[in-house]
Amino acid sequence: MEAMSISDTAAEAARGLGVKAEKPAGGVHLTAWTERGDATARRFFTATALISLVIMTLIMIFLFQEGLGLFKTYSITDFLFTNEWYPTDEANPAYGILALIMGSIMVTLLSSLIAIPLGVGSALYLSAVARPRVREWVKPGIELLASLPSVVLGFVGMIVIAPFMQKVLDIPTGLNILNASFILALMAIPTISSISEDAMYNVPKEWLEASYALGANRWETVWNVWIPGALSGMGTGVVLGMARAMGETMVVLMVAGGAAQIPTSLFQSARPLPATIAAEMGETPVGTEHYFALFAIGIVLFLMTLAFSLLAAYISKRFQMKGSATL
Amino acid sequence: MSNDQAAYTRHLRSRKIKELVAFSLFRLTAVIVIGSLGGIILFLFMQGISAINWTFLTDVPRNAMTQGGIFPAIVGTLLLTAGAMLVALPLGVASAIYLSEYATEGRILTIIRLGIQNLAGVPSVIFGLFGLALFCVFFKFGISVLSGSLTLGFLILPTVISASEEALRQVPATFREASLALGATRWQTIRKVVLPAALPGVLTGSILGVGRAAGETAPIMFTAATFYTLRLPGSPLDEVMALPFHIYVLATAGTHIEQTRPLQYGTVLVLITLVLGMCLSAIIIRARMRRKKRW
Repeated sequence: MEAMSISDTAAEAARGLGVKAEKPAGGVHLTAWTERGDATARRFFTATALISLVIMTLIMIFLFQEGLGLFKTYSITDFLFTNEWYPTDEANPAYGILALIMGSIMVTLLSSLIAIPLGVGSALYLSAVARPRVREWVKPGIELLASLPSVVLGFVGMIVIAPFMQKVLDIPTGLNILNASFILALMAIPTISSISEDAMYNVPKEWLEASYALGANRWETVWNVWIPGALSGMGTGVVLGMARAMGETMVVLMVAGGAAQIPTSLFQSARPLPATIAAEMGETPVGTEHYFALFAIGIVLFLMTLAFSLLAAYISKRFQMKGSATL
Repeated sequence: MSNDQAAYTRHLRSRKIKELVAFSLFRLTAVIVIGSLGGIILFLFMQGISAINWTFLTDVPRNAMTQGGIFPAIVGTLLLTAGAMLVALPLGVASAIYLSEYATEGRILTIIRLGIQNLAGVPSVIFGLFGLALFCVFFKFGISVLSGSLTLGFLILPTVISASEEALRQVPATFREASLALGATRWQTIRKVVLPAALPGVLTGSILGVGRAAGETAPIMFTAATFYTLRLPGSPLDEVMALPFHIYVLATAGTHIEQTRPLQYGTVLVLITLVLGMCLSAIIIRARMRRKKRW
C-alpha cells in the first residue's frame, strides 16, 4: 500500500510532465498531429469511462418506466403493505408484496448472522494468525468460493442439505429459510472476508509495533489496535456481503421453498423478492399488469440494494482511518 | 515476594491462554469456510464423474432430456461467455485507462467511481429485467445470444474495470516518465509502454469476471436461455441452451427429476470445471507473475 501511494505521487508528477510536454515552446508543426491524436485519445477514454454511469442510468430508467406502470391500475400502498400475492388470479389478481419483502429481510439477516463471524474470523485468521505458507493456499481458496456459480450452490442446497434437514429435524420441508440462509452465507463470506482482510492489511504497521513495544502480546494487539483500526473496512465488507445475499436470486429460488407467506419460523418456506421475479418473469407476457408488477418488485429490490451500496460507501468514507496511512 | 512472582506468572499464563483461545477460534472459522468449499467440490466431483463420457459431452439431449448429452448447452454457455467478454473487455479496459492514466481528483471522478461501485452492487436478477426491457423488447433483439451477451457483459463490467485499473496502477511511474522524457505523448506512452506492461494483469483479472459470467443464471433466464433446442444457434439473434439454466430446469421443473439426477450431477460438474478452471488458472498465473515480477 505504501509503495502504491508513492508510485501514485510519482504518477501525478508524470502527469505534470505530460501536460508540459503537450505544449512545447517550438516544433509545434512537427508534433501537431501527434498532439491532436493525444487530445482525441483523452476525449475517447473520458467518454468511455462514463459508460458505467450511462448503464446505471439506463437500468433506472427502464426499471422505473416499466415498474411504475403498475401503479396506474393498482394502489402503491396495497402493493407495499398487503401480503396477498395472487398475480395469476383471473378475476381478482392481487399484488401485495409485504410477505416477499419480509422473506428477503429474514434470509438476509439470518445469513449475515452466519456469514459475519465466519467471514471476519477467516479474515482475522489470514492476517493475524496464518503463516505465509498457509495463507498462500487459504486465500485463493476463499476467492474460489466466490466464483462457485450460484445455481450450483442452490443445487447443493436442494439435493443435499434439504433432505438431510428434513430427516434430522423431522420437519415438513427442507426447502426453508434456514437452509437458504446457510447457502446465502456461503456466498456472502468471500465478500466479507476479502474486504475485511484488505482493511486489516491497511492498518499502519507502526500502530502494531507501538502496541508490541508497550508489552502487549499478539492477541492484545489484534484486539485493542488492529481490529479497531480496521473496523470501518470490516463494516463496509459486512454491508456489501449483506447486499450480495439480499440480491442473490438462484439460491433463494431453488432453496427457500417459494411460499408467499409472512414467515413465523426458520423452518417455514419463504419467497424472497428476487425469487419471485425469476420464477414468474419467464411465463409472463410483456406489457401485462403482472409484468409491470414484477418490474415494480425490481424497483423495490434495486432501492434496497442501492441503500446498502450507498451505506457501504458512506461507512468507508466517514470512518476512514486517520494516521500515517492517510498522511 | 515469591507471592508476587506467582501472581505474575499466573497473569502471564492467563494472557497466553486468552491468545490461544482467540486464535484457535479464528483458525476454526477458516477451517469451516475452506472445509465447506472443499466438501462441496469433492462431493460434486464424486457424484458427477460417473455421468461424464464422450456421448454426454458431444450429444444432444434425448428422450425428454432423460438421456443423451448437453452439447448445445456447452456451446451456448461458451458463446454467451465469449460475447460478454467482447462487450466488457474493451469498455472495461478503456474505462480503467481513464481512471488510472487521465483522471484527476474532482467531482467528475467521484461521480464516475460512485457509478461503478453502485453498478457492481446491482443484483443479477435486476440485470435480467433490464436486459429484457432494453435489449429484448425495446431494441427487439428478442430472446437471443446477443441480448444475453450484452446483459452479461454489462454485469461483469465493474469487475473488469477494477481488475484492469489495479493492473495499470501497478506499472511503475518510472516507465511512464522514461517514455514521456523521450518526447512521447501521453497516448503514445499508454499504447507502447503502459498497456503492454499491464496486459497480463488485465487479462488474469478479467478472466475472474468472465468466469462469473459463465456461471450466472438469473441474467440470462429471460434474455437468452431456452429450456430445450436441438439446433445450435445460427445467428446472434437465436436463443440458446446454457449450462446454468439447464441445471436449474432439470433440478426443479422437469417431469423426471429423479431419473435425470445423474445428468444433473454431470452438468454441474461440467459447469464448475469450466468456471473454477478459468478462475483457478487466473489465480495461478497471477501468483506466478507476482513472484517473477521484474520491477
